[in-house]
Amino acid sequence: MRIRVWGCRGSLAAPGASTVRYGGNTSCVAVELESGDVLVLDAGTGMRPLGVELEQEPRAEMHVLLSHLHLDHVQGLGFFRPLFRPDAHVHIWGPASPVQSLADRLAIYLSPPLFPVRLADIPARITFHDGPGNEVTIGSATIRAGGVTHQGPTIGWRIEEHGRVLAYLPDHEPVIGVDLESLADDWLSGYDIAHHADVLLHDAQYGDEEYPRHVGWGHSCIEHVTGFARRAHAANLVMFHHDPYHTDDDLELLLDVARKTAGDHVEHICLAHEGMTIDLDAAGTRFVA
Amino acid sequence: MTATGPAAKSLPLILARELASNLSTPMFVLDGEGTLVFFNDAAELILGKAHSEVGEISGLQLGEMLELRDEHDAPMRRRDSPAGVAFYQRRPEHRTVRVKMFDGTHRLVEATAYPLFGAGDMLHGVVTVFWPINGTSS
Repeated sequence: MRIRVWGCRGSLAAPGASTVRYGGNTSCVAVELESGDVLVLDAGTGMRPLGVELEQEPRAEMHVLLSHLHLDHVQGLGFFRPLFRPDAHVHIWGPASPVQSLADRLAIYLSPPLFPVRLADIPARITFHDGPGNEVTIGSATIRAGGVTHQGPTIGWRIEEHGRVLAYLPDHEPVIGVDLESLADDWLSGYDIAHHADVLLHDAQYGDEEYPRHVGWGHSCIEHVTGFARRAHAANLVMFHHDPYHTDDDLELLLDVARKTAGDHVEHICLAHEGMTIDLDAAGTRFVA
Repeated sequence: MTATGPAAKSLPLILARELASNLSTPMFVLDGEGTLVFFNDAAELILGKAHSEVGEISGLQLGEMLELRDEHDAPMRRRDSPAGVAFYQRRPEHRTVRVKMFDGTHRLVEATAYPLFGAGDMLHGVVTVFWPINGTSS
């Protein structure tokens, strides 16, 4: 599979000179499988340029895998060009809710006064699916979702192709008021999604000194993300969901802290940036851009 | 590479444990099979053992440890206990019960149990909270 980051900012798009190296678009990651199928992880503002590129070679079918429905993860839907092509079939997967269907919840955003076009008026054929607890095959990959601790129904995604695993947990506070080290693996939120991942894209929103002011907000600090990656035996940790107030320089300081905190326990740690491209196949993991 | 991880606890159970861990009120967490999977430090004061020492035990074993009786000191069937009602009848229950403390004394407590339902009304487990009634040990 080829993984490409189109947006890795958290909470709110943050364009500008101070965020140009890592980017200001909110969560969106494209995964092109060996079979040619395309999975789109989240629909943040990074989905707009992704849609432009996908329309260079229009596909009849694609899958959008949402982690949750906060605005920074769905705002790009209204600007995703494949959705405005009548011959396209887009599958949208997302977290189940006991209250409303996925379609009804998305329609809250995709309707006036928040958005001029109603979900029902979008030309493409859309099929909605609840995030599967069991493995589902799409092309050459299997996908699986699992609930994780965040605000509101939220899932992480595990994508496996030929034994290689991408785990995507963009919004995740693995423990709240509990020492992460005190928990057995089976009690660790997200562990079943992330264990032995070759690439783990994980929430790294706060510095450790910022976290006490944000306990319970649903995001990780550096201690969380490095501890979680170590416990999950993730080979490559990609710090994701950058705080909109963090400049490029701030992020690089956080990366230094993360590397020191993780020590030798995580093979490779880096910051997600727009355009980051990772090949994950039988030959291993290669960061190609 | 891939590997098989341990059977993960469901998110409602994980959140129940985090809640229990941060309360000073005794709280027991049973999973959807009726196994006691966690109790907090305050509950340790009833059982006399830490969760790390007890590990996961069946609801039956928990019932034997607590020797539940009703407020008139009559033995109580496990399915009639608040946790039993929540588990078997899938509804919340509150009543006064007499529990055996780790030191052999008995104490009246108010017990509240409720089922943890997730998506599709799946039963993820049962939470029981004990509210001590002061001055009732015997």
